[in-house]
Formats: sequence, structure tokens, C-alpha cells
Amino acid sequence: MNYHLRVKRFERGKDSAPYWSEYEVQAEPTDRLLDALHQIKWRQDGTLAFRRSCAHGICGSDAMLVNGVNKLACKVLLQELGTRITVEPMRGFPVVRDLVVDMEAFFGKYRSVQPFLLTRGPTPEKERLQSPAERERFDDTTKCILCGACTTSCPSFWTNPDYVGPAAVVQAHRFLFDSRDEGGAERLAVLGSRDGVWRCRTIYNCTDACPRGIEVTRAIGEVKKALLLRRS
Amino acid sequence: MEAVYHHYDAVIVGGGGAGLMAAVQLAGRDVAVLSKLYPVRSHTGTAQGGIGAALGNVEEDHWEWHMFDTVKGGDYLVDQDGAEILAREAVETVYDLEHWGLPFSRTPDGRIAQRRFGGHTREFGKGPVHRSCYAADRTGHMILQTLYQQSIKNKVNFFDEYLVVELLLSEGRAAGVVALSIADGRLHVFRAKAVLFATGGCGRLYEVTSNAHALTGDGMAVALRAGVPLEDMEFFQFHPTGIYKLGILITEGARGEGGKLINGRGERFMEKYAPTLLDLAPRDIISRAIYLELRQGLGINGKWYVHLDLRHLGAEVIEKKLPDITDFVRTYLGIDPIREPVPVQPTAHYAMGGVPTDNWGRVVVDEKNTALPGFYAAGECACVSVHGANRLGTNSLVDILVFGRRAGRDIARYAAENELPALPAQPAEGARALMARLREGGNGRPESVAALREELQREMMDKASVFRTAEDLSRMREKLAEIEQRYQRARIQDKSEVFNTDLVEAIEFGFLLDCAATTVEGALARKESRGAHYREDFPERDDKNFLAHTLAWRGADGRVRLGYKPVTITRFQPQERKY
Repeated sequence: MNYHLRVKRFERGKDSAPYWSEYEVQAEPTDRLLDALHQIKWRQDGTLAFRRSCAHGICGSDAMLVNGVNKLACKVLLQELGTRITVEPMRGFPVVRDLVVDMEAFFGKYRSVQPFLLTRGPTPEKERLQSPAERERFDDTTKCILCGACTTSCPSFWTNPDYVGPAAVVQAHRFLFDSRDEGGAERLAVLGSRDGVWRCRTIYNCTDACPRGIEVTRAIGEVKKALLLRRS
Repeated sequence: MEAVYHHYDAVIVGGGGAGLMAAVQLAGRDVAVLSKLYPVRSHTGTAQGGIGAALGNVEEDHWEWHMFDTVKGGDYLVDQDGAEILAREAVETVYDLEHWGLPFSRTPDGRIAQRRFGGHTREFGKGPVHRSCYAADRTGHMILQTLYQQSIKNKVNFFDEYLVVELLLSEGRAAGVVALSIADGRLHVFRAKAVLFATGGCGRLYEVTSNAHALTGDGMAVALRAGVPLEDMEFFQFHPTGIYKLGILITEGARGEGGKLINGRGERFMEKYAPTLLDLAPRDIISRAIYLELRQGLGINGKWYVHLDLRHLGAEVIEKKLPDITDFVRTYLGIDPIREPVPVQPTAHYAMGGVPTDNWGRVVVDEKNTALPGFYAAGECACVSVHGANRLGTNSLVDILVFGRRAGRDIARYAAENELPALPAQPAEGARALMARLREGGNGRPESVAALREELQREMMDKASVFRTAEDLSRMREKLAEIEQRYQRARIQDKSEVFNTDLVEAIEFGFLLDCAATTVEGALARKESRGAHYREDFPERDDKNFLAHTLAWRGADGRVRLGYKPVTITRFQPQERKY
């Protein structure tokens, strides 16, 4: 099959505005979009810049805006995209080059929710006990690969870049609902602040965008509920 | 542009499991972690089925059994003092991870859940044992996340998206590294008392691989270029169950839960090859069995794959215990493993060989295990050797954690006892010259790195993978010499300084060539079959001549020189290896 790819290009420090490059690619409908991008890079245009590593949807390197929707390039097949495909960098992050965005601020927000287990008291010799049901309670949010697809699909984030964003809330959720964690108060203080979880307007773009199938909006809702329960 | 200079007590290259585990040990000290990716993108995150440790949560188990399985699994090329440490310390390391919050799956009584895995047995081989501690089929993801979380908690200094190009030595010690900042194209010189390489494997040597694009043998090649030998590079593991054509891994945990391999006649063919352990025999044995079936035309419909059948496990087990691989199969093959068997073929998976180290991650550089002070390696890029000729499933995660932790602890000691070494003169010049050559190209018709890489991967798959002969390996040696010559004329298209992945790939390809050369020379010289190294012209194991580790050095002229060092044997004398 012949595919036509239109890719948004930009180089920090060189280009004053983004522009488009157009490519024709011969590929199978069952090939990944990443395969088509590689074909361009390896056979046509070595200057096209994008990140990738594992190529099967686990490392989270290659989130990008594909036909207007955030996808991992390695987890979307060409047959899902039609023969004319538009590829752009994720929205709302500064572009470094082509499809590569600057994720420093994103990881800064991740760090702000204290994404690590907080416990008091002595550590047991063996494992802490946790029932299968307690473990199941936060299973969904442990899947997050920090790709940025949710945060950069969120209109609240586009209008307010200080919003902590869905990905950081997902990471906080993973600990807030872990029966072993005792850092709830510290985390909820961050999430209850002005740029915390209340910026979410329940638009559900994040849930649609998540390549891991996490129910992001539901997780955010559960954090909001935890905040309300804490207040009452 | 001028290089940027830094100095630290220790520099860790690689932000996967081994590097982060070491970094966490060095919390509060003057340490930098360099990663060519964001650390959470590291390949540790793709490990699926679990981490082996004799916790005995599901049934009786002992570290001695784990040690024996590791030694036998490695076809007796394992250094047994290392295997003992691996099996003993696996237990406390798993508890460490749990204490740091790793969300393991749980038994009904709330303890860490364990499943069966290939080659892991009770009572020295009597039958499979539940030893693999798991978090569904995303154990590696959880380990990487947990270690990154601990690194954040401990305020580790990260240099993300920095590619290591050169190891610096002075006065017989490690003195630092030179790295390329991918974002802006600048060279950085990191002066340090201690350098740890934790850069992962080199699976991109082969056409069909489970390995991420990033796995190009960086640390191995950079060490080799600094005069350090590589150990046992001819032992490269092919995992039996990669998704057909794509090579994406289907965890051995799928067979641990009861999945079966079936050939084109509908036979459970492992009954012929490993009557006791069947589909849970070690990976080298199953990969060879699949190739033998395929060669006899017993693939599915005569094609180059067999079936992994999970249907009898039922929807609940498949969805709950193997959710990620179910998703992969649905996404990439359009097949539902609940209703259809999955087409699989062996996929290049793991380098048993690497930078030789002792049991504290200290790099040793000759047949007498002489240390190179200040230089450490851990994880897949290192060779302790705890995997010998064939690694058991789950033991890679054990290795990165146990020996990453030991390396971190020894670095703390070393850094406290030593001063910062002097830098060699003009430390960035070598890296600068390499990059200039790749930008401008050599003399003659310019070559494309991508085309050369495809050729290398295809040829290595054909001539130096599961089955090997002197004839094929000799042809591979010639082909490699030709590709290396053409690489000297390689020229990249992209001349920008900003996020130039064309340049990154060209440098990485050079690393792969060093890994290929040491692999092929080691394989040619090893005239026996042991573990993952199978010579059709020498089908038997030969303990008289080859119960020894290969060491491969590479001179500036590209020629590989080989030496051998003895295997450490403590508890278990070599026996015939049957399952």
C-alpha cells in the first residue's frame, strides 16, 4: 500500500515557524506508524527527528499527535489511520525538533506529587502483606509509562500550563490507593492546590489518549473524591 | 564548540535497573547518572514474567536449588561463587523492592505471588518450582518505575539523553567518560573517581530481536575500545517465543502458567526434547527444538513459526495474569489468544557475555582477573559470569539488582578512599574526531548507516544465531570486514547539532560492529556446543578443551585477539545437561 505522510517540522534555534514535509511510503497496512517513520528516516530523509526505543508500547518514547489524536507511533497500525496521515509533535510542550518535545516540565510535575512510597514505622524483615483485593485497588494506575499522551491531550493543560496534569495525578493515585502508603496528606496537599486536580473539567480526552488503557479521568475523579472526604 | 566539563565522585552510565539500583545505593553522594534515553524508557521496563528468588511463598524452595538451576542452566560455564551470591541475595533484594513499594501480585494470604519459569526446579531438577516473583506480566516495568521513584526520592542527579562515546583512563585507572548531549550536540567530559557502565545489551545485532532499538552494545564497545576485553560474547540467547516476524517477546510466564508449544502436525513437540520439563526447559534448548521442527518442515502450514497455545488456560488467567502480552498479540497480530494460538519464532534476546567483572562489579581485564581500578560494570553489559552459556528466565532481573547493588556499594567505598584522577590530555578529541568523520564521510562513495545495519542484522541472523558452523562463521567474518570498511565511508545526512538522531544511530552502529566482531571470533574459536552456542560441526560439549571463559580484545587495526580463563567451580561438578 502507498501511504502519504505529512509531518510537522521545526528546529529550535533555527526555524522561526514550523513547516510541513510530505513523504510517500510503501508499507503493509499491518505495519506500525513507527515502521513508516523509520522508512522515511532510513531511506529518504535522515534529518527527520523523533524518539523511539522499545517499539511495542512499553517504553513510552514515541507519543505524538497522529491525525489529530495522541498515539504511540509503535502501537498504532497504518490500517487504523487511512492512507493520508498527518503527524505532529504532542501539543503544549516546547518543541525541540520535529516530533521531539521538551519533557522537563512534565517530569517536574511528576516529581511534585512525591511519586514514591512513603511509610512510617519500621520496615518488616520480609514483605508487607497486601491482599489481592488491596493490590487490585490501584492496579490500573500502575500501568502508566509516563509517555505524556494524556497530559498533552488535555484542554485544561493547554490553557494553563501550570496545571499538574493527568499523568502526575495518575502517578499520585497509584500511591494514594496503595494500602501500604502513608503519604496521603502530603500528596493531597499538592493535588488540592490551585494548579492541582480541580483544574480537571472531566473532558475525558486523557482516557481516550492513554495507550495503556488506563481510565485516567476515573482516577482523577477518585482523587477529587479523596480530597472532598478529607475536608468533611 | 568547547566541551563542557563536570566532576563527580562517580558517574553511572545507563538508567535501567542496574544503573538505578547502584544510584540508589549511592544516595546522598556526589553521583551523576547518564542515560541516552529518559531513564523510564530503559529496556528493563519491558521485562515481563518475573524475578527469581527462593522465597518459598507458594511451595518449598531454597537458594541452593536456585543456584544449582542457574549453574546447570548455564551449561556449567557459570562462575559458581557468583551464582551463589545471585541466588542468596535475590531473596533480600526482592524484599527491598517490596519495601520500596513495588506492586507485586499477591497470594491469597497477601504475600508476594510466585509462578513457574523455564529451568527453575525443586530438589535439583525433579520438577518445576514456583520461584518467579511477578507483577502480572509487567514485572520489569514495575521494577524500573520503583527504582526511578527511589532515585527521585533520593535526589539523584540525572543527565537525560546523553550518549556515552568514550571511556577515559589515566595512570591505569578509570578517570571518567565523554558523552554527547543529544539535545544540543555538545560534548561533555565527566571526570570521576569511579565509572559504572550499566548500558544493557546488544540485541540489535540481529534481524529478529526482542530488544529495543537502543540496545546497541554501547558500554561493551566503549570498554573494548579502551583496551578492556569482552568475555563470552559468543553466547547469545534466543528466546523461543517472539511474536512471528516482529520478535516482540511473549513471556516464558505464559508457559509457566501452562501454555504449550505446538508444531504444524498439532504435536506438543517438547515431549521429544525435554521429557521432564517440557515447555519449561531452558531457552537454548527450546529455541533449538523449534528450529529443528521448522527445518523439518513442521512449522505451521510449512511456514517459519510454531504455535504457542494458551487457549486451555481460560479467559480469566489470560486476562489477569498475562494482560500485556494479550494486548500485544491483539494489537500487532489481530489475534485473540483466548480463542486462537499465537504464531511464535525464536527472537534474539540476551547477551550472556559482556565486560568481565568480579562479584563486586569491578571490571577485570585479563586471564588473572586483574582489576582496572575505578571501572565497574553491571547488568546485561557485564559478564560476572552468572549466566554462563545460557541465562535462565528471571535471572536477568536478579542479576541487575544483585550486582547493581554490589557495584553501588563498592563504588561508595572506592570513592571514599581515592582522589579524583587527572584527565588525559584533550579528552574530548577522540569523540570529536569520530563525530566529524560521520558528518563528513570518508574517502570514496558515501555509505548509508541504515543500509549497512540492515545488512549486518540479516547476515548475523543467517550465519551466527541459533545454529552455527565454521563455514558460516568464516563467511560472516569476511562480510563483517567488508561492512566495517564501508562504515569508514559512512556519511550522515543530518548536519544539525539539535537532537541529531542520524548521528546517534551512526555512532551506535559502530558499537554494534565491535560486538559483532567479538561474537563471531569467539564463536569460530569455540569448537564445541554449550548452552546457546551450538556448532553443528562440533555438536558435543567439550569440557576438556572449552570449560573456560573466552576473553576477546580488539586492537586499533580491528584484529580480535582471544584468551581464556578458568571457570570457578565450587559446589556442582559439571554433568551431562538433560531436562
